[in-house]
Amino acid sequence: MKQAYTLSIFSENSVGLLNRITSILTRRHLNIDSINSSESESSGIYRFTIVVKTTEAQVKKLVLQLEKQVEVMKAVYHTDSDTVFQEIALYKISTRSISEGNLVEKLIRDNNARILSVESDFMIIEKTGHKEETQELLDFLSPYGVLEFVRSGRVSVTKPMGELEGI
Amino acid sequence: MYLEATLTPPVKETMRTSGADAVLRSFIAEEVDLIFGYPGGAIMPVYDALYHYQEQVRHVLTRHEQGAIHAAQGYARVTGKVGVVLATSGPGATNLITGIADAMIDSTPLVCITGQVGSHLLGTDAFQEIDIISISMPATKWNYQVTKAEQLPEALSRAFYIARSGRSGPVLIDITKDAQFEMFDFAYRKCKQIRSYTPVPALNLKQVEDAADLINSAKKPLVVFGQGVILGNAENEFKQLIEKANLPAASTLLGLSALPSDHPLHVGMLGMHGNYAPNVLTNECDVLIAIGMRFDDRVTGDLNRYAKQAKVIHFDIDPAEINKNVQADIAVLGDCKESLQALIPLVYERSHQGWLKEFEALTGVEQTKVIEHDLRPTSGPISMGEVIHQVNLQTDGNAVLVTDVGQHQMVATRYTHFKQSKSNITSGGLGTMGFCLPAALGAKLGVPEREVIAVIGDGGFQMTIQELGTIFQTKAAVKIIILNNSFLGMVRQWQQLFFDKRYSSTEMENPDFVAIAKGYGIDGKSISERDDLKTAVMEMLSHNGSYLLEVHVGKEDNVFPMVPTGASVSEIRLE
Ligand SMILES: Cc1ncc(C[n+]2csc(CCOP(=O)(O)OP(=O)(O)O)c2C)c(N)n1
Ligand SMILES: [Mg+2]
Repeated sequence: MKQAYTLSIFSENSVGLLNRITSILTRRHLNIDSINSSESESSGIYRFTIVVKTTEAQVKKLVLQLEKQVEVMKAVYHTDSDTVFQEIALYKISTRSISEGNLVEKLIRDNNARILSVESDFMIIEKTGHKEETQELLDFLSPYGVLEFVRSGRVSVTKPMGELEGI
Repeated sequence: MYLEATLTPPVKETMRTSGADAVLRSFIAEEVDLIFGYPGGAIMPVYDALYHYQEQVRHVLTRHEQGAIHAAQGYARVTGKVGVVLATSGPGATNLITGIADAMIDSTPLVCITGQVGSHLLGTDAFQEIDIISISMPATKWNYQVTKAEQLPEALSRAFYIARSGRSGPVLIDITKDAQFEMFDFAYRKCKQIRSYTPVPALNLKQVEDAADLINSAKKPLVVFGQGVILGNAENEFKQLIEKANLPAASTLLGLSALPSDHPLHVGMLGMHGNYAPNVLTNECDVLIAIGMRFDDRVTGDLNRYAKQAKVIHFDIDPAEINKNVQADIAVLGDCKESLQALIPLVYERSHQGWLKEFEALTGVEQTKVIEHDLRPTSGPISMGEVIHQVNLQTDGNAVLVTDVGQHQMVATRYTHFKQSKSNITSGGLGTMGFCLPAALGAKLGVPEREVIAVIGDGGFQMTIQELGTIFQTKAAVKIIILNNSFLGMVRQWQQLFFDKRYSSTEMENPDFVAIAKGYGIDGKSISERDDLKTAVMEMLSHNGSYLLEVHVGKEDNVFPMVPTGASVSEIRLE
């Protein structure tokens, strides 16, 4: 059965590694749902967080193929229930269309969002959450005209303790 | 450098040199004395440096970069050393790609050095600029672009270490032209370890014990072995193991020569055109012991019907091979020399007489239905098999066999007698036509004291025919046998069997190969009569220097046995 798996890949900071990693996924015809990279808690060690929808049998093989890369120290996979994860979304909406009534206030209260910036003709709203949550706000705002929308890749930390020791 | 590593103290003290000079000094520090390549603008500084080191590093100028890399592969496979290749940027670099992919899938250690345009030109579509790092990425074990001379010694020491350690493979280092000219303080420190890289997984003795228990309890064990035995220098341990427990052992295409062909426990070759007995009995064994092999689809046939009745033990150095194609009940990770050493004392002596008899019986069937006719036909055109048989008789199994890809490859590997390891050089995983001629050249230069015989099809020969020029110039005494059926024979066989004989674009009108060889100063002969075969092979072998023997064989002969694609190994056809 296919489901979302979060791959966490710990590596050296190499120019071409992203290419190597994505080609391991794409040559198996897997679509990358989301991808993020940043330095980890250990300085000099980078962490890629990649979400793919696939089977457990496949993801097990992926992890071994990823770890096989010279620059990769460790790769692990988790299901959503084994990680705490978030995505961040930004919404740019026209100030005019939304300034009627208490709409803005209600929206922020109901959605745990916040206003990042207010300009004369637009404002930027930020919301952090799971994809369904940021999507829900997008659907809510759509009737008022969303000028721009962007959602980040997933960042995730794992729940099991000890598993990432020795990296 | 970003790749954290442990290095040895400098080989010599620091000195001021150019990047290009440093490449040569690094080669010498890594004990490289023979390299293959082709010059061009972006690699000229290295070629200039080479000029000054001719005494220490011999460079063989091939006639095409593909020839250079296949030669380096032949050299690496026959010597066990790292093959080194030089090429220029752009087309020089892209011409290496087939060989890089071939070396990757067949785990051949190579270091390829490509020149690159000046670093200020990167990304500008400069003359002969191509992003070879991105192109070669999926086909290299590691690659790296050097834009500053000071990065060179660290990049090269890591390159050699990565290429030869663990599961060996090809590495590419791309060097911008300015980095080759740049002066810097050079000191070479060999690489001993890399933080993010575990070449050999630690051996787990519990896994070895479990494997021994299963082997000891087996009634019908079958060992299937691959090139890992050769790459791991574990031929002796392997032989001890199978002899102690009397385990029948079958080889993959690339495992051939790890165990002498006439060893009583050698039950033949696996796979699509392998032997009848090991293919059929794969589906009857109770314990399948895989050693240094990766369950390629050409070996397994339909995976859903592959050894389902058996418990599987898998010995491999590469964790990514475990459970990739065949689920292992017990996986023993590590260097097989070490794991077999640990295993041998734990296995019991056994005779497995009845089980071994089953192999004998099926081998007998193949002998009468296929082999006899292949090796000793009495009428009709010459068969590929009888040519190989004749070569066996006259070389006594001591030659290195280099093959191309196609029917002749299958016949030659099926019938050649191997006495010593590293004697079977062929393109297994990638199946690269054109591999043979340059690989045979590289092999001959690697082991000049051994007889090297290249067996090539009329199709594949014409893919790298230009390397006759290199053989001529180097005077490498490669013996070339062209098994000429005027067809892309293997494809024609499939067209006959699976496409109702529609021979679409597989028939060839061939040139006078002997005349071409003569043009390159290589003596040769063409035969088509059975009565001439023995003398012709004798003449070829006794000839001083390279020689080309063209043998006209049956145009529409087929290679059997055969496991058709999609079939199970036990459905192997004898006709
Ligand atoms: C570079 C490349 N192109 C195409 C193929 C597909 N192919 C496999 S075997 C074969 C025929 C080879 O013909 P020949 O060299 O005459 O050998 P034969 O099978 O006749 O012995 C072809 C075209 C290949 N393996 N490699
Ligand atoms: Mg042919």
